[in-house]
Amino acid sequence: MAKTLEDKQYLLRFNCDQKSHLEVLDHQVCATQCPDKDCTIFCPAEVYKWEGDRMFVGYEGCHECGSCRIGCPHQNIKWEYPKGGHGIVFRLA
Amino acid sequence: MSEKFDVIVVGAGPAGTSCAYTAAQKGLKVLLIERGEYPGSKNVMGGILYRKQLEEIIPEFWHEAPIERPVVEQRFWFLDKESMVTTSYKGLEWAKEPYNNFTVLRAKFDKWFAEKAVEQGALLINETVVTECIVEDGKVVGVRTDRPDGDVYADVVVLADGVNSLLAKQLGFHKEWKPNEVALTVMEVLKLPSKTINERFNVQNNQGVSVEMFGDATHGLLGTGFIYTNKDSINVGVGTTLSSMIKKKLKPYDLLEHVKNHPMIQPYVEGGETLEYLAHLIPEGGYNTVPKLVGDGVIVTGDAAQFVNAIHREGSNMAMSSGKIAAETIAKAKETGDFSERSLDSYRTEIYDSFIGKDLKKYKDAAHTFEENPQYFQEYVPLMNQAMNTFFTVDGTPKWDKQKKIIAKMTAGRGKIGLAKDMYKAWKAVK
Repeated sequence: MAKTLEDKQYLLRFNCDQKSHLEVLDHQVCATQCPDKDCTIFCPAEVYKWEGDRMFVGYEGCHECGSCRIGCPHQNIKWEYPKGGHGIVFRLA
Repeated sequence: MSEKFDVIVVGAGPAGTSCAYTAAQKGLKVLLIERGEYPGSKNVMGGILYRKQLEEIIPEFWHEAPIERPVVEQRFWFLDKESMVTTSYKGLEWAKEPYNNFTVLRAKFDKWFAEKAVEQGALLINETVVTECIVEDGKVVGVRTDRPDGDVYADVVVLADGVNSLLAKQLGFHKEWKPNEVALTVMEVLKLPSKTINERFNVQNNQGVSVEMFGDATHGLLGTGFIYTNKDSINVGVGTTLSSMIKKKLKPYDLLEHVKNHPMIQPYVEGGETLEYLAHLIPEGGYNTVPKLVGDGVIVTGDAAQFVNAIHREGSNMAMSSGKIAAETIAKAKETGDFSERSLDSYRTEIYDSFIGKDLKKYKDAAHTFEENPQYFQEYVPLMNQAMNTFFTVDGTPKWDKQKKIIAKMTAGRGKIGLAKDMYKAWKAVK
């Protein structure tokens, strides 16, 4: 049974695009105005990781749920759908 | 792709496919656009599909649709840390045709359903994102896709693009959802032999169980955990409002592990092999957040329209009905050739006159009440458990004394009036 997020994500199929469908609009906002960095916590795929001075966006593992767009307290995430046929491919549920 | 259609449907989920199926059946020229590799590849649901609304579109669909098990028992677990109070209903009339609801795996189901729409004559195009609606003189006349030369035109565009309806937002039909208007839900599909499922859930082959879990499943937050039994797998998941998740700094996958390892739940999931992990948002803003539903040449359906009854975990059925009503409205408009907002407005009135509008209205204050009053899940669920424990533990204490002790606990810090007020408030929110 998958325990860690890595275990869970490993089971998924992604057809990754070269280009990210997620974009942090202003990295300064993350650095200076967002002490809590909620997106690094509530994102169900841990797409967002704070690397000390900059937000890393691992869009390749994104479930396209939309939580980051709605949950970012600074509306600082530009969220689009990946190009047609790209992104996550659910096989079961 | 420069030809013109009667209807373009954006999104091949329950709403979009129902619309495409019904419109094609009525002889309309339909284009159904899906962004995923195949219909269902982007769609997630806990797993309960209601019979009634799909039956109105495809009679006796259960003979051919890829359903998992008809649900014969609905269980409700009120969890404390190491105990639970339960209630349930099991009825064998649900094990027989025409059934009440089924568990389904959406990637399989949606694919099948879209194929049925294609059989009716709809044209399905996968792997295509609609990037915007083409608007001319204030009227939606088509869609722009991410394909080369990807503009397509139609009399009416139906938005069935799900909870993240960027298109309805672009048209100004609603503002961005707030974190308390969506529920973030994660789940795993766990493979288990059907024999094990039958034994653990006390059912036979072709009989399924749904379990909804409150209280400690979400650490007392507004939300639920669930287990639904498939043929040879189970779906176990948990969700809370995104706002609760943010406020409590919860990682959704940690919450899922908490559920899977809860001593009341663990025996049911033990030994399951994880096949897939899925995350999705559920629109749970309810009646007050339903966007503008109709414009010139455009109709909004399903999750994009916030058609979800979170209290009864109904959504895909509302999506299907809304898609069907949209198709019927367009077919009627086609007779006069008038696709203006005024002409299509009967969609809106029909929705509000149907079970969709009425049920959303009934529960319009429920989410707000439970979010603003966390005592229901955080305090009353543990109190229920403690009350049962006190009453049923035989320790020589007279039952009258036990009763007094229970009432003292229930009213501690709030008094009898406070307790009565809380009960009234909860009743009022769902009455």
